[in-house]
Order: sequence, then structure tokens, then C-alpha cells
Amino acid sequence: METLSLDTNEKLNPKDFSSGMEVKWCPGCGDYSILKQVQTIFPDLGIEKEKFVFISGIGCSSRFTYYMDTYGIHSIHGRAAAIASGVKAANPDLDVWIVSGDGDAFSIGGNHFIHLMRKNFDVNYLVFNNQIYSLTKGQYSPTSERGKITKSSPYGSIEEPFNPSELALGAKASFVSRTLDREPKHMQTMLKRAHAHKGTSFVEVYQNCPVFNDGTFFPFSDKETKKEEALFLENGKPLIFGNNEDKGIRLDGLKPVVVDLNSNGFSASDLWIHDENDKTKANLISRFFDAEFNDTFPRPFGVIYAEERPVYEEDMQHQIEEIKTKKGKISLNKILSGDKTWNIL
Amino acid sequence: MNISNELPEKVTTIRQVDKVVVRFSGDSGDGMQLTGMQFTDTAALAGNDTTTFPDYPSEIRAPVGTVAGVSGFQVHFGSTEIYTAGDSFDVIVAMNAAALKVDMPRLKKGGIIIANLQGFDKKNLALAEYPDGVNPLEDSSLENYIVHKVDITKLTKECLAGSGLGMKEIDRSKNMFVLGLLLWMFDKTLDNTIQFIQDKFSKKPEIADANIKVLKAGFNYGESAEIFTTQFKIAPARLPSGTYRNITGNHAAAIGLVAASEKSGLPLFLGSYPITPATDILHDLSKYKGNGVKTFQAEDEIAAICSSIGASYTGSLAVTTTSGPGMSLKTEALGLAAMLELPLVVIDVQRGGPSTGLPTKTEQSDLLMAMHGRHGEAPLPVLAASSPSDCFETVYEACKIAVEHMTPVIVLSDGYIANGSEPWRFPKDEDLASIKVNFLKEANGENGKVLPYKRDENLVRPWIKAGTKNLEHRIGGLEKENDTGNVSYEAKNHEKMTKLRAEKVKRIQSFIPPAKIDNGNERAKLLVLGWGSTYGAIKTAVKESIDEGFDVAHIHLRYINPLPKNLGWLLFGFEKVLIPEMNSGQLLQLIRAEFLIPATGFSKVQGLPFTTAEIKERIIRMS
Repeated sequence: METLSLDTNEKLNPKDFSSGMEVKWCPGCGDYSILKQVQTIFPDLGIEKEKFVFISGIGCSSRFTYYMDTYGIHSIHGRAAAIASGVKAANPDLDVWIVSGDGDAFSIGGNHFIHLMRKNFDVNYLVFNNQIYSLTKGQYSPTSERGKITKSSPYGSIEEPFNPSELALGAKASFVSRTLDREPKHMQTMLKRAHAHKGTSFVEVYQNCPVFNDGTFFPFSDKETKKEEALFLENGKPLIFGNNEDKGIRLDGLKPVVVDLNSNGFSASDLWIHDENDKTKANLISRFFDAEFNDTFPRPFGVIYAEERPVYEEDMQHQIEEIKTKKGKISLNKILSGDKTWNIL
Repeated sequence: MNISNELPEKVTTIRQVDKVVVRFSGDSGDGMQLTGMQFTDTAALAGNDTTTFPDYPSEIRAPVGTVAGVSGFQVHFGSTEIYTAGDSFDVIVAMNAAALKVDMPRLKKGGIIIANLQGFDKKNLALAEYPDGVNPLEDSSLENYIVHKVDITKLTKECLAGSGLGMKEIDRSKNMFVLGLLLWMFDKTLDNTIQFIQDKFSKKPEIADANIKVLKAGFNYGESAEIFTTQFKIAPARLPSGTYRNITGNHAAAIGLVAASEKSGLPLFLGSYPITPATDILHDLSKYKGNGVKTFQAEDEIAAICSSIGASYTGSLAVTTTSGPGMSLKTEALGLAAMLELPLVVIDVQRGGPSTGLPTKTEQSDLLMAMHGRHGEAPLPVLAASSPSDCFETVYEACKIAVEHMTPVIVLSDGYIANGSEPWRFPKDEDLASIKVNFLKEANGENGKVLPYKRDENLVRPWIKAGTKNLEHRIGGLEKENDTGNVSYEAKNHEKMTKLRAEKVKRIQSFIPPAKIDNGNERAKLLVLGWGSTYGAIKTAVKESIDEGFDVAHIHLRYINPLPKNLGWLLFGFEKVLIPEMNSGQLLQLIRAEFLIPATGFSKVQGLPFTTAEIKERIIRMS
């Protein structure tokens, strides 16, 4: 899918993307893994190094920009998507990556998040979701679960959390995916898929905060629980999970049902086949998160939805080219004089 | 109907006059703005100097017939130089009773009223809240004025009978009757308006024909109806020779940006969110796509400025336009832009505030916000435009400063000059100052190191376009070390950087012209010091006062931060300084603080520009 290629033979390596700045995340932070996976896949993307631009907001996640030896702006809280829109609109050749956290993207930056999805600039939006405000030392975030005990909710949060993939789909995202810090290979695949997708690619990364929310996502990565709790989606493949790959999800009309592949007489061919391009199914998958399903359904990881549709900066450029051809450039003198003038002698 | 055949004996007197103020006044839906603008264009094309003042409610269609729904367009035109839209009117066109009620207090004694008869029926009188049974057209209240009662609605209907148009469309063209009549009254031709109608309705020839028919009917009515016995002739103004056009402040700002883009060779990017009275700049710029202009209608005011910051990082001439409430929302991002030291132009077309305030009315109340409205210490250049055409030069200057000094620049305009218009002896491409752009092409440190905050002799850092090979670098909102731009929390460093950023802006003083006396002399007893859109009223008041023997002078500021180098010395030479502002004394505070002089303020916070008389009265009182 890539249209740009390196014009020299020198192949970059992951180290070329390290800025050499001391990385200051807490020991054990999931952010280290994300930085490593990004640096690992970047040489394979076939993009000239100077084309990469990282735009981040505020939060632990947003320090990311300083650690990449690329162009970048570490900006203000919640506004990374808005700044990135300007970067991409002004120069569509740049390869733009937004790095944000759950507070930055969904709370203070919520408006920019939904509008970016809708406008569909060809950029990649990584949200490091740790379900907590960490840089401000532990308050509940818009993705924290109801009842969460934090410094600002000592008696439990009374807020319903966002379901990020559902939010993105509702905002007309053209690419919705989820991965997690403890699955490096899966994350690399998602990052590459996101990059290859033309349009705004939303990658939600479950990221462990060892200090303020340790272990929240461990059920999805711990050996003992992973197979029961996590569902790794693959396009064209049936939805199968379970310790012995003995559980599946099938559709009963529009209702997802977990079935036992051993006892009920169901086989893989009865199951729901994942189709990334099916928005109805994507909506259902995103809702496995909801209380209605949460207890019995695994958490899906992978590409939940992907759709090719026009991207903003290309339409913008096309319109300009079209008008240039049709009406031509107006000379500055003509702009200055306007249509009606008179002379005074 | 051919009235002229029925009344062949009419004799018309022609009077020569120097200047006239006409107020077109009617319901929001009566088309008074368009009528006024067309009239102005014709007067300007005939060589008159003009200044206009559109004055309309914030509701798109306020309740019909009520005082709240009155929309006015005022034009001051003449054979002498005109600097204001006029304190009071010579002629009022009142499309209904509410319009007359609102504007009557400012009609000159002996002035002319052209009243649309049907707008004074029982219903309209009641809507305008005249007491039961009172009709100003029928009692003696207007006996000191010349009143022409014209049944415009009926005459328009008759003119278009059999045209096949619906009643609504017919009623909508009655403003063309008014325009035709007024053009006759002031001895102007119809050609310009006919051309305008043909262009506007090129795809609906039946509407174009109807409007032209009504326009001509209005003109012929003036020529033949017995009630109109006088025509007024206003000779062309003796303006400096050259080629002129008519321009509003918002359009001037828009083409100032396009001009700066063309002259600098930088692509223009506007991130904006619609807000009255700044939106026309977004509209206008969106039309220049053929010149590569990119306009981005952002999801909110914050995204508008943030997208511009992003565009600036890629090497575009980046701009955001707004009004007061939007300006407040942008302040955090302005702090970021100041910290990043990227060029950015922010145009604030001020309106009455705070909050939603008076969205369609004018005020100069954002000056202190422009100066200080940021967290932390982040001084930025602040420029103010003084007239519709001056918006061009001020915006052009702002772009030049932003790019050449790597800083956000704030331009203050306001509703009065943004929507008002005046003739402009526009410059040519080659007359415009050059704008120097120096993108960093290769590493500026040792061993290929990129130093994004290495400053030149003016303390300006290099502009590094994202996408340039081997110049990858990160910038951010955290405090940074000079030269390298690396994050630094070191105590002394923060103080050093704070001072460097301030000094960079201060040094712009060496690149701006000195303040000069606009009128009067340096030894005058009283100085009137102004900024922004009060220019016309102050200029006229000072000029008239000098002619009447008062010892007064006028200085008008475009550069408010930094102030011109010589301003202090000039101010110290006057015994008294008077500062009129459409706020409660904001420049006054700045001037007192900067120069420790006992300047006197003169405030007006009514959503309306100063009248010449108001300023003159102060001058006389202080002389």
C-alpha cells in the first residue's frame, strides 16, 4: 500500500529512531514496550526518516515525542489531534503519528478525537489507555471503570466509562483496532496495519501503569487467563477462544452468543467469521466490552473495523487543483484591485 | 404605468452639496444592507469619498416589524475627504415605523424622511409600540422635517404585476425601488446596479429582469413624482490621484493575508471557526483556493489555532481569525505558540463583550487580553488596524513580523471597520514590502547537530520546516534550553529564556516606523492619542478643532506592542494627553504604566463608534 519508498539504499535501523534523550517513564511502564515496537517497525515502513512527525498532547504517553528522533511537537493537553490536522492538511507528504493517553484523547481532547475520526485525515492515532491519570498521580480517567477508587474518587467513581472503540465507530472512524503492551508481536502487526491504512487509524493500546493502576490488563496477557479473556481477531477467521480453543462466538440473529464447541454440537463452521469491513459486526464486537456481555465474552484485540473512504487532505488538495485548472490562479494585482475600480486624476 | 406622461410639467431643482449621510433602515429581511452597499459602490465609482457603517441586530430574522429587528446601513459620502460614517443623518429611508422610531433621534433638523407607507399601517405602528392611534406620519411630530410618504410596497407590486413572480419574490424586490429612487435623488446612474443584478442573478434571468424593472421604476418615480422636487449633486472628491476600489475591513484583511502569502512565497493556511464579526475573512479566503490557499473550518476555536500551529511547523504562513470569545479559547494555544516560537497571525475582530455580549456591535475591549491574556509571561506583538483599508496594511505587516521574527502576532480589528467600507487607493504587487523567509537548510550546530533555538542577532530562532532532511528535531511546550531546545527545568535557565522571549519581541521596535503626528504639531497643548477604529472620528474632530483655532494634535497607534521607540518623547512634549477608546480605558492603562504620564481617558462602551461631536466636545473641554 505504500507509495513512498526510500531513494537511497541505506536501510534505517530501530536505533536511528532513538533521540538519545533519557527515557523517564517509571520502571515497568507499558510505554517502554510501545516505544520499542514503534522503533522496531519504523525502518520497515519504507518512509524517509524526515517525513515522520509525532504530535503528542500532555500526559505520560505524550513524552513519547521527545524519545523519537523524528520531527515532533510535544504540545498541550488534548490538542494533539487538532495540531496534527494542521500538519497533515498543510503538508500531506508527511507521515503523521499522534500519541495520546486516555485522559488526553477522550476527556480534554474528546472533541478533537471525534472530529479527527470523522474528517479522516491519513494519520495514525495511538492512544495509550491505562484507565488512570498517571502524570497527575492517580485520578480516575474517562476509561476507568465505575466504582474505581482513586485519589479523586475515594468512595468509588460514579461515572460510566467510555468504550473507546465504540466511541471511535460512532465518530465514523475508518480504522479501529486494539492491542496491548505485553503482546509485542501483535502490537507490531497493528502498528503496521494502522500505517498501511489510508485514513485515520485508531489504535487503542492497553498499557499498564505499574504505579497507579497496576495489573488492570493482566487478565488479557497472563498465561493462565489470557486464552479465556482475550480474543485475537483475524480477518476471515471464526471467533474462537478458550483454554483449549473450545469456545466460539456465533450470531443468533443480531445477538452474539458464546457457544461451547465440544458439547453443543457446534463446530467452527457455525461461528461468526470476522469481517473487518462489516460495520454492523464491528459495532457488536466493540460492545463485548459492555456489562451485558463483559462477564462471558472475551475482550477483542486486533483490527475491529477497516474501511476505505476519502481522506481529508487529498480531497482538500483535489479541490484546490480542480479550481486551479478551472479558474486558474488570480494574479496578486487582480486580487488587490478587485472587480470594480475608478480613477481619480 | 407611465407617470412621466401624466406629469410632463415637473420642475426639478438641483442643489450642490459637499457631503451627505444617508441611513437605510428597515426590517432585517428588507435588504437594507445590500441596498446600502450598492448605493455606496455607485457613489464611490462616481468619485465620492465614502465611509459606511452597517448596523444590524444579531438575530438573523428578529420579530418582523419590531424595534429589535431594525437593520440599518449608514453611508457618508461627499466631495471632501470622509473619515467617519457621520454623527447624524441627512436622509432616512424608513421601511417601517420601527425603523423610523430607532433612527429618528439622529436625523438632522430639516432632514429628509422617505417613508414606506405600508410600513406605517396599524399593525406596524403597534409592533413599533407607538401609542394607540399615533402615527408619526400623520401627526405634527415631523413638521420640522421633509417627509416623503411613498407606497413602495404597492408601487413595487404594480410594477411587477403580470411578471409571473410570486408575492414573496415581488415583495423582496422593493429594496430595489428604494435604491432606484435614492440613486435618482443623488443624481447617480443605474448602470453599476444593473450590472450587479445581472451578475447576481445570471442563472435566474426572470428575477434579474424583475429587479431591474423595479430599480428603474424607483428611479423614474423620483424623476416624475411631484413630491420630489430636489436632486442633490455631490461632486467627485478631491482625493489623491490614483486608482481606487471600495473595500471592507474584513475583505482587506483577507487579501492582506493572500498578498503576504504571495510575496513571501509561503503557502497560506487559515484555521478558523465561524464567529461574528470575523467570519467573512474565512468566507473570503475560501474563495482563493485557485491560489493554493488552504482554509480549514475547525471543530472549535481551539482546534482552529492548533491546526494553524501545526501548519506553521510545516512552513506555511499560518493564520487564525476570531472575535473576543474565541480569542479567550485560544489563549492556551497562544502560550504554546509563544513557547514554540513559531510564526502565527491571530486576527481578533473585536465585538461588544464579555461573553456573547453584543455580537454585531463594535468595541475595543480586547486590548488588554491581547497584551496580557496568556498564562505565564508570553509577550507578543500586538497591532491594531485603524480603518477598513488599513486592515490590509496592518495584516500584511503582522505577517511580515511573524515570519521575520518567529513569533505569533495579534492583529486587532473590530466590528465597525470589519464591516464598514471606504474607497482605497490600493497598492500594486511591486509596491508591497518584501517578506524575508529563511528556512534552515542544513544543520546549524557542530557535527551535524540541529539547534532549533540558536538565535540570530535579533534573537530570532531558525524556522525549520518539518520534512527537511537531516533536520529532525522536537519542540514542545516544556521549558527548554537555549540553542538545543532540550527540555530544561533548571531555575536560572527559565529566567533566561523568559527574558530572551520578551527581548525578542521588544527588539521588533527597531523594525517598525516611528510614531508620527497625524494632524497638528508637536508643540500643541493637547494631544489626542488613539488606536484602532477610532481613527476617523478622532481625525475629523481634531481637524475641525484645529480649523476652529484649538491647539490640538493627533497621534494614532498601529503598533501597541512594542510601542514605537519615539512615542515616549513625543508624549512628554504635550501638556495634556487625551485617549478616547471604545472600552473603559485600556490603552490609557498601558500608556500611564509605560510612561508615567497623567493621560486622561475618554470611554464609550455602547457598542457604537464615537461620533465626531463627542470627541470634539472633549477637546474643547480640555483646551
